[in-house]
Amino acid sequence: MSTQSNPLEQFYYDNKAVRNFAIATIIWGIVGMLVGVIIATQLFEPSANFTQYGSFGRIRPLHTNAVIFAFVGNAIFAGVYYSLQRLLKARMFSDFLTGFHFWGWQAIIVAAAITLPLGITTSHEYAELEWPIDIAITLVWVAFGINMFGTILNRRERHLYVAIWFYIATFVTIAVLHLTNSMQLPISIFKSYYVYAGVQDALVQWWYGHNAVAFFLTTPFLGLMYYFLPKMANRPVYSYRLSILHFWALIFIYIWAGPHHLLYSSLPDWAQSLGVVFSIMLIAPSWGGMINGLLTLRGAWDQVRENTVLKFMVVGITTYGMATFEGPMLSLKNINAIAHFTDWIVAHVQVGALGWNGFLTFAILYWMIPRIFQTKLYSEKLLKSHFWIATIGIAFYAIPMYISGFTQGMMWKQFTAEGNLQYGNFLDTTLQLIPMHQMRAFGGTLYLIGAILMAINLFKTMAKGVLLANEPAEAPALITIEEKAPDAHWHRWIEKRPIQLLLASLIMILIGSLIELVPTFMIKSNVPTIAAVKPYSALELEGRDIYIREGCVSCHSQLVRPIRSETERYGEFSKSGEFVYDHPFLWGSKRTGPDLHREGGKYNNSWHYYHMREPSSMSPGSIMPGYDWLYEQTLNTSMTQKKLEAMKTLGVPYDDIQITNAVSDLNLQAKKIQTQMETEKIKIGADKEIIALIAYLQRLGTDINK
Amino acid sequence: MAIMYIMIGLSLSMSIGFVIAFIWSVKSGQHDDLTTPGMRILIDEKKTKNRNL
Repeated sequence: MSTQSNPLEQFYYDNKAVRNFAIATIIWGIVGMLVGVIIATQLFEPSANFTQYGSFGRIRPLHTNAVIFAFVGNAIFAGVYYSLQRLLKARMFSDFLTGFHFWGWQAIIVAAAITLPLGITTSHEYAELEWPIDIAITLVWVAFGINMFGTILNRRERHLYVAIWFYIATFVTIAVLHLTNSMQLPISIFKSYYVYAGVQDALVQWWYGHNAVAFFLTTPFLGLMYYFLPKMANRPVYSYRLSILHFWALIFIYIWAGPHHLLYSSLPDWAQSLGVVFSIMLIAPSWGGMINGLLTLRGAWDQVRENTVLKFMVVGITTYGMATFEGPMLSLKNINAIAHFTDWIVAHVQVGALGWNGFLTFAILYWMIPRIFQTKLYSEKLLKSHFWIATIGIAFYAIPMYISGFTQGMMWKQFTAEGNLQYGNFLDTTLQLIPMHQMRAFGGTLYLIGAILMAINLFKTMAKGVLLANEPAEAPALITIEEKAPDAHWHRWIEKRPIQLLLASLIMILIGSLIELVPTFMIKSNVPTIAAVKPYSALELEGRDIYIREGCVSCHSQLVRPIRSETERYGEFSKSGEFVYDHPFLWGSKRTGPDLHREGGKYNNSWHYYHMREPSSMSPGSIMPGYDWLYEQTLNTSMTQKKLEAMKTLGVPYDDIQITNAVSDLNLQAKKIQTQMETEKIKIGADKEIIALIAYLQRLGTDINK
Repeated sequence: MAIMYIMIGLSLSMSIGFVIAFIWSVKSGQHDDLTTPGMRILIDEKKTKNRNL
């Protein structure tokens, strides 16, 4: 080798960063799973909704953000910091950036844990955090990127092992996704509106949502698999060639599959079909990864019998294979018609999250921590218990949810011989699922218990050993190009680094064009196509913001698909022209409760009044929590005018009179609702939040009937 | 549906970026050897003296 002539260099791997990220993974993992168990319980026991700060709509995003960005995120960083240094034979580029990355990320998580229960949310799924936190995420992500690319530049190993390619793809794509899906117009430090509206907003969100799964939950973990699995089994990956091939195929195909989240919606048909085609094609590169992982263990299955860490890997990779086969199937329109909005999707996601992300994370932590603490794992027995409890937990979680999903999908579509809906009352289907939801909560609890066992085991291991904070290593430096031409022009330095240059320029171009083009583009293109559709009144807009704050979108969709069982149940199917003033869109992705797009005028004001306070009083057996704080809290109208102005900036045609009179118009409409309800012996102040929410609900989907 | 131009533009520029990165990786010889990199990561360079592979 050409590098052999260079003298050996001494350097140290940073294990402290690895330990910090690992501890954060364990702690946030338990927090996220605990919130998961709480929200699972709320779905069969509404009394588990404690106060407004603990109600399902507000803490469901807390669960998803905690497990995705706190648990899985920190696990990615722990694994990347461990493997990247060793694969490149170099210490992380900058200790300062490492520290900034670690503490910055934890601060973001804490900010999320505070703001989400307060109802500060953008309502975009998995992107709920408000704009100041979005900016913080960008800064920390860039710090991570500089740290990673700096290490790549300082490497002592010319070849970039396949895992590193996966890490690079993760970094670049998440940066683009995050920026694109964070285009918001701030109104105050805690509130903003997306520049996109309706169907356009939906497309951006699900392009983001799908690719977040691809590039936050899939590619980094494939990279980790390619490093840690061979190390654990002490044998090379089955086919290095296949790993390279499926990497390029995977990243290329993944970015086109997003529209499969919007089948049967008002997204143009050709875009839906494009998403389906690419989703089907994804089976090949996804299974390339799974097969490569499992076949790495060929001839080593005796090790799997003995070695619990490998057992975690095998189950993790197998669930990856299951989920990536199921995903393309779910994106077929006829399957999607049944599965979408049901628990089937929850089952699909959780198989991937609990199996693939969870089990790989557990295996990596169990393997890595004793090594950096120069000791053996505290207890093999606890490790084995964790594996079996967690595996049974996944089964108890997934199987009832699949049954629940099929049941739900089929019951919604069941017609009687006379041609009426057999289960016309939505509640019939909800009540049918309660035993399944109880089993799911039990499965989730088992999984959480397993994670607690792991925490005990790993903290005991850390206490037993001593952290090798700076691990000595040595390797010869690469013969670098600069050394051959020491006094070359500075520009040569850039020219010799096409890949870095490319990435940097790509990111710069994207940021520039996004900020420049997107807002103008979006505002001009929200042309009303249905003349009867008008902007929300000031009161309705405030009501809509309460709907967003309370996370109603977690359980209620606002999208009637053009399918007979849906038009029969809810009314006229949704048209794209009806959503042009919706910043953000509120289509939702799950129907724990019925669709609300045609809710306006379905019931009278007093029905909503009683129902929102105690849902079971109007729908016996309902699992929806009550919202009594809306009856006590006064609607904050200090921002109303500003909100209307912001909407006008975004292209909603409010005139100047509407804006100046925003608050008096709002009071007028509220008074009208109050007076109407007074005739039905309801005593409530016109300034209470519930009035605004009722106004919004009564407006929903009514414009096309005018 | 102006968003289509943005989404397709973004996806396309990322795809093109991936293709350029791929071409670079092939040209710079990253994929010339598709056998030994898989084995090399198993060799622990640190203090362990028993290189068993």
